[in-house]
Amino acid sequence: MIVLQNVHKNFGSFKAIESANIHVMAGDIYGIVGTSGAGKSTLLRLMNALDKPDEGDIIFDGKSVHTLTNKQLRLMRQSLGVIFQSHYLIQNKTVYNNVSVPLEIAKVPRAKHEQKILESLRFVGLEHLRQQYPAQLSGGQKQRVAIARAIVNDPKVLLCDEPTSSLDPHTTIEILKLLKRVNKELNMTIVIVSHEMSVIKSLCERVAVIDDGKVFDVLDIKPTGIEEMNRGAAGLIEQLKDGGGSHLS
Amino acid sequence: MEVGLIFPSVLEEYQAEIWLSIGETAIMVGSSIIAALLIGLPVGTFLFLCRNGQLLENKFVFSTLNLLVNIIRSFPFLLLVIFMIPFTRFVIGTAIGTLAATLPMVVIAIAHYSRLVEQSLLDVPKGIIDAAVSMGASVKDIIFKFLYVESRSALVLSMTTSTISFISYSTIMGVVGGGGIGDFAIRYGYMQYRSDIMIYVIIIMIIFVQLIQFSGIQFAKKIDNR
Repeated sequence: MIVLQNVHKNFGSFKAIESANIHVMAGDIYGIVGTSGAGKSTLLRLMNALDKPDEGDIIFDGKSVHTLTNKQLRLMRQSLGVIFQSHYLIQNKTVYNNVSVPLEIAKVPRAKHEQKILESLRFVGLEHLRQQYPAQLSGGQKQRVAIARAIVNDPKVLLCDEPTSSLDPHTTIEILKLLKRVNKELNMTIVIVSHEMSVIKSLCERVAVIDDGKVFDVLDIKPTGIEEMNRGAAGLIEQLKDGGGSHLS
Repeated sequence: MEVGLIFPSVLEEYQAEIWLSIGETAIMVGSSIIAALLIGLPVGTFLFLCRNGQLLENKFVFSTLNLLVNIIRSFPFLLLVIFMIPFTRFVIGTAIGTLAATLPMVVIAIAHYSRLVEQSLLDVPKGIIDAAVSMGASVKDIIFKFLYVESRSALVLSMTTSTISFISYSTIMGVVGGGGIGDFAIRYGYMQYRSDIMIYVIIIMIIFVQLIQFSGIQFAKKIDNR
């Protein structure tokens, strides 16, 4: 579904990502874990073509992203849902109108809007709050609206950038359960970036560990190739194996 | 209460001239508002989008536009009006009269409002634009579905501030025969030693400004759901 081949990304002389090789398969819940500043969000921005790699290739659904025209790139992004740590909802639009935006952008016929928006809001359990504004919602509710907005146009992949970092433990569990339902019931591939080991353990079947811009593709949370990794990454792998309880266990 | 205490006799005496002056001010300020909306808003949006790190980042276009806006805003307005006389004569056919006076007003209005628009858009969180791009939004979508929606109350407040500045600018348009309420105060109040006329005109202008400011704030509040 998403393949990163030998991807490098620099910001000036700073090497943000070095030789990243990642293969996200359809139906995966793929985790990217690492400490703050390790390059996790940069990796997600590369997957969504918000940033361009300096070297290497990113392939989405069989197509090399860097060969796409601007219009094709916009169409590709319409088949990717994204949720951020800060929900980035439009404060001056109601919940209903926020969820409607991706449909307007994708020029989905107006007649289909109401049904799709209500289905999406029902899925996240917020149909009754459709006329509220984001400022009237709690942090967890805002993140649910962001999820409803991300899935309303039936994307193939949902990219999640630290979706629970600003939430309390109870709300975190609710959001993780919701993401699991998105994967199982809507058959949506999920890529989730987090620094919280418990979040990754709760959700993910496959995990890539990133440390200091270097990415290690770890299959099935097993310590494959652990001896090749530096101490920081190895430490994270050990946590995946042993430490940090799962939110959903 | 005597009627004269509410409507002083001097205002009745010069009623026709005052209404004419208010009309001239309305033409000059109204033209400025329309120009600010039709040209200043797009110019300000373009300035924002061409900045470093923004969607249409273009150093040359930004620097040129930025310099032009700064130069126009740097001019003392009276000097801008005089400096523009040949250009006004070329465009309007005359440099004298209310219509001719609207041209420098329009120029300063575009520069003034475009800068305020740029500043209002800078307050929209960068993440909102990232979210829009992530959804596959075009630049047009980003402007109309995200930027203007999120900054609409700031844009209204900026227009309120601009309108009050335009009224202030309009008061000196007497130098090119533009007329207006400020010109009336100078000709009938200052030059004829009628301090009472001057004071009443100032009161009229204070009332106008208060009404505009109050309406602007109320409208901005009404459309702000943040």
